[in-house]
Amino acid sequence: MKIHEYQAKEIFARYAIPVTREILCYTTAEALAAAEKLGFPAVVKAQVLTGGRGKAGGVKLVRNPEEAREVAWNILGMDIKGYTVEKVLLAEGVKFHAELYVGLTIDRNSKSVILMASKEGGVEIEEVAKDNPDAILKFPIDPELGMTPFLARKIAFHLFDDFVLVKQAADLFQKLYRIFLDTDATLVEINPLVITDDNKLLALDGKMTFDDNALYRQPEIEKLFEPDEDELKEAEAKEKGLSYIRLDGSIGFMVNGAGLAMATMDMIKLYGGEPANFLDIGGSSNPQKVIDAMNLLLSDKNVKVVMINIFGGITRCDDVAKGLLEALRQLDVQVPIVVRLSGTNAKEGLEILKGTNLTVVESMSEAAQKAIALTAPLTLPKQVRDRL
Amino acid sequence: MGRVREGLMSILVNKNTRLIVQGITGRDGGFHTLKMKAYGTNVVAGVSPGKGGQEVDGIPVFNTVTDAVNATGANTSIIFVPAAVAADSILEASEAGIELVIAITEGIPTLDMVRVMPYLKKNGTKIIGPNCPGLITPEEALVGILPGNIFKKGNIGLISRSGTLTYEMVNQLTTNGLGQSTCVGIGGDPVAGLYFEELLAMFQKDPETDAIVLIGEIGGDAEERAALFIKNNVSKPVVAFIAGQSAPPGKRMGHAGAIITSGSGSAAEKIAAFENAGIPVARKPQDIPLLVKRQLQYNS
Repeated sequence: MKIHEYQAKEIFARYAIPVTREILCYTTAEALAAAEKLGFPAVVKAQVLTGGRGKAGGVKLVRNPEEAREVAWNILGMDIKGYTVEKVLLAEGVKFHAELYVGLTIDRNSKSVILMASKEGGVEIEEVAKDNPDAILKFPIDPELGMTPFLARKIAFHLFDDFVLVKQAADLFQKLYRIFLDTDATLVEINPLVITDDNKLLALDGKMTFDDNALYRQPEIEKLFEPDEDELKEAEAKEKGLSYIRLDGSIGFMVNGAGLAMATMDMIKLYGGEPANFLDIGGSSNPQKVIDAMNLLLSDKNVKVVMINIFGGITRCDDVAKGLLEALRQLDVQVPIVVRLSGTNAKEGLEILKGTNLTVVESMSEAAQKAIALTAPLTLPKQVRDRL
Repeated sequence: MGRVREGLMSILVNKNTRLIVQGITGRDGGFHTLKMKAYGTNVVAGVSPGKGGQEVDGIPVFNTVTDAVNATGANTSIIFVPAAVAADSILEASEAGIELVIAITEGIPTLDMVRVMPYLKKNGTKIIGPNCPGLITPEEALVGILPGNIFKKGNIGLISRSGTLTYEMVNQLTTNGLGQSTCVGIGGDPVAGLYFEELLAMFQKDPETDAIVLIGEIGGDAEERAALFIKNNVSKPVVAFIAGQSAPPGKRMGHAGAIITSGSGSAAEKIAAFENAGIPVARKPQDIPLLVKRQLQYNS
């Protein structure tokens, strides 16, 4: 789960991490008033849940009220990578002479939280990571010891010669680690962390993402969730134990397991089809899950054929078949359905589907090819289609 | 590390496995206990706090893992308990002296696993998963939720980050006459136990394994590291497959790990890493058997 910059900085401020003075605004009038309150120069920053907003023109410095009004007017409503800017953050302009990067995330290899830091912070950090990886220092944090003062100092001494800054940085690293643990974060990032002209570290930006698996014990964090339209549908699906992502094609598919679902999507593409979605019904499917999944698939009007690819392990094929029959009873299904059932209780499942008008196939590649073949005739007139 | 006795015929689990099921009285735990037992796995006990003294299909249930280990000499545990309490169950197994833990549970908070790992390491407990389908040594022991009937004894070792895709691959192997020594589903979570490198090393040592199939997916750099490890340490032929070749960038496809972020962890990069290490990569699951056969012939 992602949150906005202003929300991340509110969390930082709660831990006494120095952040810029700032005000969240929804209208041009609010932005103007905020700028006048903060004083000029000020910065107008689009609040959208995607990266690259600076390059998209969503972050601008304003020097006077006229500029503040004009820039806020331009940025509010702007489209950044498919996200509409509905609010802007007005932040005080700060004089600084160095930009650093600091981020904490989970490292698969050390199986621990890792702190990354670089003297070359700013918008080009991804290029730095690619072209000059040694410029990014990485420190795994022993889960039993945590971010000890000595480790925090050690990292800080790599970045600064001035002991005044070292002390500030060490304090900051310990606080960031505490935030990471307290909120079940998957990323806590400050980019840039600046050294102001009065020699203070200051978080100019803030980014946090959280572990979806831990939201059940983070009610305060969960409240910050602001889903867009697609995410709303995805979140709704998640509540029902489904993992759904909307895509642009015409083949709606339902698979058990993320890996098999990805492989199914790859295969549809490989044979020249276009998936309408990614839908993983997960394990331990009870019949209701299949009904919910069918509902979700058919709510997308682009779906011209439904393809079901189940290889039962913890999922039982007879559960899937029962759910499918019930779905057919409850829903008005106008599109053809191709079904492949293998694995746990496949025989029982196929028995249940006997006598239905579903297209039952043996293998995943057959299912993909059949589904693609079925999407084609649907573009033909009904009279022609009926004769096929 | 390395307290698990490795049988001659396989890795990690075999006829010597004495298994307990943590969460044996739950819906999935109960169902799969019966499946594992029917397959021939030596399921010696179950654990379910407050239900000690009961039986599940003749299998005694204990309140604690320590009780179960003391009474039955169990050496392996499989975990089906809910995500919120799974980390505690893993620690309990390790503390009780279990040598190998298989965590099936899905949705465990990542930081719970981060906290668990150092203790397991200190105790020498091996863990597979979480969020994994488990493993099987065909005709010896099934420890997981894999459908036993699709496996056949043979000389192919298989390691996979995915669950159901593993079944698809195994089905391809078996129907093409290629049996398996051991198949391991390592799970797709960001922090997981035994991974490609450790398992590749075990298969390299295992006299009954002649070739290895590795199934990866987008996200992270485990496949790239595996490719490098194979190049330097594995002389047996390896064939790979990567799921998610058509995944749209930035979208999360169910597994916490399967995230493509700006040009790292993509299928293309992983495929390139394998091919650069001389490891053939199948474009479709059904291409795997032929590639394996070709590699085996080439090697002999």
